[in-house]
Amino acid sequence: MVADEDRVFKALADSSRRRLLDRLRERGGLTLGELCEGHDISRQAVTKHLVLLEEANVVVTKKRGREKLHFLNPVPIHDIYMRWIGAFERDRLQALHNLKQALEEDQDE
Amino acid sequence: MSKSEFVYTTYIRTTPEKLWHALTNIEFMKQYWFGMHCVSEWKPGSPWHMQFSDGRICDAGEIVESDPPKRLAIKWRNESKPELKAEGYSLCVLELEPHDGAVKLTVTHSVDQSPSKLIVAVSGGWPRILSNLKSLLETGSPAIARTIDSRGKTA
Repeated sequence: MVADEDRVFKALADSSRRRLLDRLRERGGLTLGELCEGHDISRQAVTKHLVLLEEANVVVTKKRGREKLHFLNPVPIHDIYMRWIGAFERDRLQALHNLKQALEEDQDE
Repeated sequence: MSKSEFVYTTYIRTTPEKLWHALTNIEFMKQYWFGMHCVSEWKPGSPWHMQFSDGRICDAGEIVESDPPKRLAIKWRNESKPELKAEGYSLCVLELEPHDGAVKLTVTHSVDQSPSKLIVAVSGGWPRILSNLKSLLETGSPAIARTIDSRGKTA
């Protein structure tokens, strides 16, 4: 489980894979065939990319009959956001609050 | 019929029983759901609702399936915004599966309508809640502890 983040960064470190994620962000529930449309890479290459994306849990699949539907799963990327950005959010909000107060006090004088 | 749907998953190092408790216990929920919490007896047919920290109801419906600690399905309608309420009932399914010393939690939320404002609205909230829940169960504290009231203000 420690290696989870490594997998996410690896999955994101490729423009074709990021493009696949963009497609799924625009519309969830696409099949492999639909994901291959408009891609200049082979079906085999798309399949390989999807395996890496699934292993990193940034893509999840669901079976519908014989079809496999693909969805973007933003949770692992959100975990990364929480770790490196979310923790600072509180300070930033406090800083904005202090700035607003200071500026408004100036105006009152 | 066209459908709007999202599927989110997260792996949490805990047991299915603890995770089920975290998903259904009011005091636990308040810690990671930004002060919001759900109220239900969590049995098939029980009424269910989610409320803001100030007591206003944001969503309501009923429990469709309840199989602790494996599966929970909720018939879910927004009650706080008319344009979302007009879309009617959606279905939220929570699945808990043991996986390699952890639990895989999958949230599937769908509605028979496309596009759906409700799905857009809930899809933005779940990643924050799941990250917070994971952090709380694994480390004992939520990643971000703050509350949101019905006007969307944070405290």
